[in-house]
Amino acid sequence: MNNIRVTAEGDSSLLVEFEQKISPEVNRRIAAVVKLIRQQQIEGIVDMIPTYCSLLISYNPLVISYREIHERISSIARMDTKVESVRKRIFEIPVLYGGEGGPDLPAIASHAGLSEEEVIAIHSGRDYLIYMLGFLPGFTYLGGLDERIHTPRLPNPRVRIPAGSVGIGGSQTGIYPVDSPGGWQLMGITPVRTYDPGRERPILVEAGDYIRFRPVSAPEYEEIRGAVSEGSYQLTVREGD
Amino acid sequence: MGFRVLKGGMLTTVQDLGRSGYQSQGFNVGGVMDVRSFRIANLLLDNPENEAVLECTLIGPVLEFTAAQIIAITGGDFRPELNDEPIPMYTAIYVKKGDVLKVGSARTGRSCYLAFSNYIKVPVVMGSRSTNLRCGIGGFKGRKLEDGDFLDSRINRRIYLPYFLSRTLDIRDYEKSSVTIRVIMGPQENYFSRRGIENFLSEEYTVSSQFDRMGLRLEGPFIETKKGSDIISDGIALGAVQVPSHGKPIILLSDRQTTGGYAKIATVASVDLPLLAQRRMDDRIRFRKISVTEAQRLLREEEQKLQFMRDRIHRPCREVLECRLAAKRLEKLFRELQL
Repeated sequence: MNNIRVTAEGDSSLLVEFEQKISPEVNRRIAAVVKLIRQQQIEGIVDMIPTYCSLLISYNPLVISYREIHERISSIARMDTKVESVRKRIFEIPVLYGGEGGPDLPAIASHAGLSEEEVIAIHSGRDYLIYMLGFLPGFTYLGGLDERIHTPRLPNPRVRIPAGSVGIGGSQTGIYPVDSPGGWQLMGITPVRTYDPGRERPILVEAGDYIRFRPVSAPEYEEIRGAVSEGSYQLTVREGD
Repeated sequence: MGFRVLKGGMLTTVQDLGRSGYQSQGFNVGGVMDVRSFRIANLLLDNPENEAVLECTLIGPVLEFTAAQIIAITGGDFRPELNDEPIPMYTAIYVKKGDVLKVGSARTGRSCYLAFSNYIKVPVVMGSRSTNLRCGIGGFKGRKLEDGDFLDSRINRRIYLPYFLSRTLDIRDYEKSSVTIRVIMGPQENYFSRRGIENFLSEEYTVSSQFDRMGLRLEGPFIETKKGSDIISDGIALGAVQVPSHGKPIILLSDRQTTGGYAKIATVASVDLPLLAQRRMDDRIRFRKISVTEAQRLLREEEQKLQFMRDRIHRPCREVLECRLAAKRLEKLFRELQL
């Protein structure tokens, strides 16, 4: 692992840049490095933000100096760790495609030259790797959207997109965790709360997990929504290879 | 007992040093914009380092106290008044039940910090009492203060602080409208052309109206990239200076998003972040490059300065010392006269 650059981002953060490309291998490597750093319990580390192919570590310079942390992190990042082949965790997200919650489904289909059913089948037909979380609490950057349904963002972003909306923005797909403005084309909505500040774990997924969308009917959507608001809904988590 | 909010002001929020440890899930850190003033406010009252305060922006609130306590206001000069009488900033002030505090509005700087000896009663959410406006969590009901709110206190301390008269500092940090901000270059300095970097480090930039808790946009000479500013999204540190393709710097502050996709030419030295956070529209800024080691040395110096302040307010003030001297002389005189 030679193509690693460790550099300062100001006086309280260290940026570790891995090979600058979006790939599951690089992403897994970062997850492994994060784990190693956690294991070493380096005093002074305040927070870590793993992203597609970088890791930002914030630290307290009154506890650990730049030279010291640079040295320690460099040696960990360059360690020849075997990236463990852990079984992947796949979170199943029920989605009501089309209709009110997915007003752009027809546009996505016509842009792709496919039927709405085909778009749904393609979108829900594979597991998506969560490369990173960012932008909003619990907002997942997913990789691996089928090229056939890549759709440009809306020219005019919507002022308010309801939480739970599932959309496509360019080559990315994802779920809006909270009400927010946004320019993605909306294809459906999930009753599941990917972010709930009242829950013991407000955010359920981590970078490195997978998401699989499962199409549900309107009655099933309502049923799940009821269970979610009662707090009795259990998200299906499968393990796969 | 705490205080009633008669007027909420422009943007008054409960803040502490922020919510660290959750950035990997997309939670921004938040916390006070001007750490220095925040720490001094708590220091004046012997509060814990990270005790929650009110951060008041441009136009401060009007509060009515429902019990006696001691307060301190630091930061930009807001010309505060207690029961319509001016009170000094950077000074421990005793307030009684029914007193009305008008925090005032910013004559210099942009925000001020109001600390209380009766700590504000708001829940700790994910390790912090800071208000996260975007997620609607923390602070007082996850939002800014509004007219009619009542904030309780979670502790009623003895209304007594030792060396009370000494608890005043002569600090005027934010009088200037033209300042130099020190930066550490990188991490994506290599995305910019030589001319771009030269402009950034030698020209003057102006504070635009686009300035909030998330960040600050500057106007000024074009900062040229070699071939665009798009990077694969990575984490953003406090004070990072992003330059999108429009060539104008955006400095990311407390409520910044955790990740972003524009190259960062430099990062503001932590010790200068308070000065930056207290800028006003049309203020002028120049950037000066320093090394990481230098920036960290400055931070240690800043700690020492705060320690000096702490020592200073824990000594009897001159008036008291002179008073003691006078008392001693009188005592001696009485003894001599055998009274």
